[in-house]
Amino acid sequence: MLRVDVTKQLGEFSLEASFESQGRVTGLFGASGAGKTSLINMIAGLMRPDRGVIALDDETLDDTSAGVHVPPHRRRIGYVFQDARLLPHLDVRQNLDYGRRMNRLAADPAQFTRITDLLDIGNLLDRRPGKLSGGERQRVALGRALLSKPRLLLLDEPLGSLDEGRKEEILPYLVRLRDEGIPMVYVSHDAAELRQLATQIVMLKRGRVTALGGVKVLT
Amino acid sequence: MFDISPAEWIAILLSLRVAIIATLVATPFGIALAWLLARREFWGKSVLDALVHLPLVLPPVVTGYLLLLSFGRRGLVGAWLADHLGIVFAFRWTGAALACGIMSFPLLVRPIRLSIEAVDRRLEQAAGTLGAAPWQVFATVTLPLALPGVLAGMVLGFAKAIGEFGATITFVSNIPGETQTISSAIYSLIQTPDGDAAAGRLVLISIVISMGALMASEWFARRATQRLHGN
Repeated sequence: MLRVDVTKQLGEFSLEASFESQGRVTGLFGASGAGKTSLINMIAGLMRPDRGVIALDDETLDDTSAGVHVPPHRRRIGYVFQDARLLPHLDVRQNLDYGRRMNRLAADPAQFTRITDLLDIGNLLDRRPGKLSGGERQRVALGRALLSKPRLLLLDEPLGSLDEGRKEEILPYLVRLRDEGIPMVYVSHDAAELRQLATQIVMLKRGRVTALGGVKVLT
Repeated sequence: MFDISPAEWIAILLSLRVAIIATLVATPFGIALAWLLARREFWGKSVLDALVHLPLVLPPVVTGYLLLLSFGRRGLVGAWLADHLGIVFAFRWTGAALACGIMSFPLLVRPIRLSIEAVDRRLEQAAGTLGAAPWQVFATVTLPLALPGVLAGMVLGFAKAIGEFGATITFVSNIPGETQTISSAIYSLIQTPDGDAAAGRLVLISIVISMGALMASEWFARRATQRLHGN
């Protein structure tokens, strides 16, 4: 379970959001500038709320009144960025292995093969990120986040930088991912995308939560 | 013309040793300082920044004199180091290395700082979400991506160190075989009658070394851009 109740002032823009989610895939829906990315940056620990609480399952990740702030690297929350952010000096295999190495987990070749098969990236392992297409890059970013064994996966418009054809290419992989069972927070401004993926919707408008519930709130 | 005498060889090898040691010892400090200046905000940052650049604008003789006052036998730091650690800088080649290290420090730090600033912080954030602690982010993302800049800084620092004259001669004098580098050897030679040919040879050698270093530095800097673009 994810519990968020935060306020954050960013220049003129104020974000005041509160929601709880039991859903396997929480869809964070809103127009650009609604505060979606700021919100998941706070869940990831990359941005600190001015006031409030963020908790995942039984663990408090942020609690400003108690002075609690767990740094990003100790949250075990995976993050797939819109721009993939693969490490350019490492090849695909090393990118995929990065989280495991940093967390000092034992190598798990079976899981590695399973994820690379799931995402069809087994043939890219020796390439550098600079030599990948946009869709391939995004699939590697998904694999990299998954292989760090996160408790929660954040996806910030993972299809946002792709054209229509490429979106159709990635979407089936995201559906497969959902069926893997890792809880996800999926950020999008595209209602159609969320209808296919989300089990619960948090609607955000100008920094405020305006609706909560099943995918039917999207209509 | 190209008969390099044993005395000249001694000066050349000493120069190389002084410049290499100065660069190697200064580099870890340079990386730490470059990182601080590129990535951290703290009180007194502009003062520290100015201090690092000071040897670049101060007359070298002033830097040398300040070194003599602080690291000389009776200097505060020099006396302590000699008594407690047995390290002596005054009129030794180690003193020449210290002077060269300090004089070349601004040139060493600058390319490193620029290359660290050019590393995309969003990549560092991504590494953090994958479980990398800040020191791991530095070791596995920031430093590797800035490495060509580090090498460029080292080469540039080396080139400056090997040509250093004013601070070195002020601090450790001009003792053949101990503190007489190429620069101070040239200085001595042009003050002696018939020294022109020998001075000419050393001038030519120092031009070759400096040109080579500058070209290597440029090459490393170009590599840095390529690396950041993921090819």
